[in-house]
Amino acid sequence: MRNEQATQPLFDLSVPGRCGAEYPESDCPEFSSTACIPAEFLSDTPLPLPEVNEPDVIRHFTNLSTLNMSVDTHFYPLGSCTMKYNPKRHERLASVPGLVDLHPWQSEESLQGMLQIQFEMQQMLGEIAGLPAVSLQPAAGAQGELAALLVASAYFKDKGENRTKVIFPNSAHGTNPASAALAGFDCIQLGAGKNGFVDLEELKKHLDDQTAVFMITNPNTLGLFEPEIHKISKLLHDVGGLVYIDGANMNAILGITRPGDFGGDMMHYNVHKTFTGPHGAGGPGAGPIAVRDFLADYLPGPIVALDEESGQYKLQTPAKSIGRVRSFFGNVGILLRGYFYLRTLGGDGLKELSEHAVLNANYLKEKLKHILPVPNGERCMHEFVASAQHLQKELGISAMDIAKRLLDYGFHAPTVYFPLVVPEAIMVEPTETESKATLDAFAETIEKIIAEDPELLHTAPHSTPVSRPNDVQAARNPILCWSPACD
Amino acid sequence: MSYLFNTPDEQREMLETIGVDSIETLFDQVPESLQLKRPLDIPPKLSELELEQLVRELASRNVGPSDRPCFLGGGVYDHFIPSAVDAIAGRSEYYTAYTPYQAEASQGSLQTFFEYQTLICQLTGMDVSNASLYEGGTAVSEAVFMAMRCTKRHGRIVLLGSVHPEYRQVVETYLGRMDCELVVVPTPGGTVAPAAVEEAIDDKTACVVIQHPNFYGCLEEVEQISAMAHTCGALSIVSFDPISLGILKRPGDLGADIAVGEGQSLGTPMQYGGPFLGILACKQKYVRQMPGRLIGQTTDRNGERCFVLNLQAREQHIRREKATSNICTNQGLIAIRATVFMSLLGPAGMRQVAELSCSKAHYAAQKLTAQDGIELAFEQPFFKEFTLQCRDGAETVIQRAKAAGFDIGPALRRVSNSESEDRLLVAVTECRSREEIDALAKAIATPTGDAIGDATGRESADSQQAAAACESSVGAPHDPTLRSARSSAQETT
Repeated sequence: MRNEQATQPLFDLSVPGRCGAEYPESDCPEFSSTACIPAEFLSDTPLPLPEVNEPDVIRHFTNLSTLNMSVDTHFYPLGSCTMKYNPKRHERLASVPGLVDLHPWQSEESLQGMLQIQFEMQQMLGEIAGLPAVSLQPAAGAQGELAALLVASAYFKDKGENRTKVIFPNSAHGTNPASAALAGFDCIQLGAGKNGFVDLEELKKHLDDQTAVFMITNPNTLGLFEPEIHKISKLLHDVGGLVYIDGANMNAILGITRPGDFGGDMMHYNVHKTFTGPHGAGGPGAGPIAVRDFLADYLPGPIVALDEESGQYKLQTPAKSIGRVRSFFGNVGILLRGYFYLRTLGGDGLKELSEHAVLNANYLKEKLKHILPVPNGERCMHEFVASAQHLQKELGISAMDIAKRLLDYGFHAPTVYFPLVVPEAIMVEPTETESKATLDAFAETIEKIIAEDPELLHTAPHSTPVSRPNDVQAARNPILCWSPACD
Repeated sequence: MSYLFNTPDEQREMLETIGVDSIETLFDQVPESLQLKRPLDIPPKLSELELEQLVRELASRNVGPSDRPCFLGGGVYDHFIPSAVDAIAGRSEYYTAYTPYQAEASQGSLQTFFEYQTLICQLTGMDVSNASLYEGGTAVSEAVFMAMRCTKRHGRIVLLGSVHPEYRQVVETYLGRMDCELVVVPTPGGTVAPAAVEEAIDDKTACVVIQHPNFYGCLEEVEQISAMAHTCGALSIVSFDPISLGILKRPGDLGADIAVGEGQSLGTPMQYGGPFLGILACKQKYVRQMPGRLIGQTTDRNGERCFVLNLQAREQHIRREKATSNICTNQGLIAIRATVFMSLLGPAGMRQVAELSCSKAHYAAQKLTAQDGIELAFEQPFFKEFTLQCRDGAETVIQRAKAAGFDIGPALRRVSNSESEDRLLVAVTECRSREEIDALAKAIATPTGDAIGDATGRESADSQQAAAACESSVGAPHDPTLRSARSSAQETT
């Protein structure tokens, strides 16, 4: 079925003289570039881009798109990524004139509708977090982490303290240490306690007047709620440190419990995960941060404020802001989709979605645990981490084999080999937008796969466009740009 | 609710399988004292119809380019987006997929990003591009950190004063706790004096950051400045406007080591500032210091060509605190838009858009500066954007334009406190017409009836004379043709 001709590299489709776009003649022809710009600045050769026409482009990329698995076509239980259904209404509404075409340098009075949306978004995110001060600037969760760590840094500096340490458990997302290092902190990683929970004794050893921030994902990356989170928070606060909540797993706790209520001082959201900005084959996301009032003055700006007197919305930069973390307001297109989602569900709907996300995860875990045991926790929140260690030992079947074979059966693979604290980890996050029937089919398929000839699994997948790419070759001799030699 | 599936019966069955009697029981692991005992204070749910009505009403309170022709610039531009871009980016196989960790289930995204990387290399004249960063400002910051790793110098960053002020602010924020000096070289004449750059670079300097065309719209002497950086062992980072490369020399042709840019102009709507596209490309020898994802070509177990996430050992999910960046989620879908845009336009289309923007902008500069009290702030060559010096103040002129139904700007003061109150930017893309430019010119003149009448009457003669003056100075180095254009226009006043 693959259209080999249309999916060959774009550059091989090029025929000199073709063009997929047309523009009118200039109505100011007397001002040609050669007349207006000194020759030293002008290129004397055309760009070496491919030459294809519109039907070529459409057929090429449409065919390429069909080589993907996606939420709209397949169950996509990629743990930690919350691959839930993306409502179609969001796409239409985010594209209406008056939203999609607004220029960031328009005057504030010409943006009142947009600023109202963003103001309400700030308020809703503050309420869900239990952390009232919100900045919508960060472009993604990792940038939210960086921004919040810089907020913490500015706060301590203001207090005359120079705290250097950021602590996180070894089950943390890679972005946590990477953001801490980028922000100029020393990184301290804690060993795993039981169930991947934080070992309080271990934590205490690292707490002192140099401790700036403890970063923690809650529910943690094993899909378990940190039972002593309030004690952890207190330990941090006792030494004058701050608690940062990585909001990647917010889908489990909306309206159930709030980071601010369990001791968090700062957090980020992943709007593209929890609130359905589409994942876009890798992005864009949006990573707003919410903080306690005493940190509000340090937030990155601009932030939308309501002038009660005039009823006008205005942009403001907080008094002691760390500055911008990006140009312009934020990833507005994604924030809009998040806003539409929150307004569609309302407070009750949000709680209900978390309940169903947790129900689906526990159900699937229960269906699978006899073949794929889950080493940590009796019950899970919105996701669980199973282990294929015994299959590896007994049958030589790895987590990777199962992941690859699932593709043959029309299921996207779960996240594998993360978190590192579980050997042969298979991290499954079904989300609330899957039916019992889908979960049953997935569980039955895994059962079937494990009964198959292991050799069939080592060489899987068998029905996808390609199978088991040679990563070693790719890294040894990186080909990152097409050239005629690539063919 | 429309996004949930399981009926009460199914829920009961599921709970039975789990062995609990209610969904609430599943949340026992959340300590009772930490549970929220009240409903979230969020407005009640809306049906799709109600949501649509609400959003359309809110959108109607905004006045945007569909109401007022847009001459706004300052880093975001109203370029035309061919329909095919939306058609491809709207394929849900792209927009509802995520990071292509499972190569076999993601060849569509992977090949598309490989093609994106290649198109960016062809556009910039660089050897290798990553698969996207957040936007133009963070792309500059990531390039600065990358240059520090490449040169193993962490003492000083030299950045021209003509770099977009918000990009500079992002660099300042990112440098936050670093013990690194950020030296901003002033650009009072609209561009930098190369001698001033030479003075600022020392043997601790990791890089020089140049924007070209710069924030004021002017063209910088990139080749000369890059050579100065290289003499001192520093890297040259060039922030470019992708549309300008339809006619201007490419960063790679001008000695750039790292080319960065805002890719919004390549097929992405302005949407009040994002999501946009951070472009970052570099010379081959720096590839292992690059931030962000890289897609590579390889073969599969059957020897078929295929594409994978490559050199992941640079990234946060492998290297954690030693990663080259903290970026994880990137701007994939916007990179796809740019890929389709560049594919459609090709060399001829890119040249046409650049040429159209350039010609209309130069016509506009000539028309607008023919008005009393309005002149060019800098007598420097420019591409599609220029800075006006307004006797009556920038905000006054912006208001006059608005009253006549046009958006121009921003006033420089709005972007940076250190800028003059009398200056504003005007950007002209292929979407603007001669008639709109003429009407704008009429609108911004000091409102004395006679002057307006005169200006309109002179139009045709002026432009012909200006064009003649331009042509006579083709190729004259350091002799900005606009100066000729403007002075000839003034002579006839």
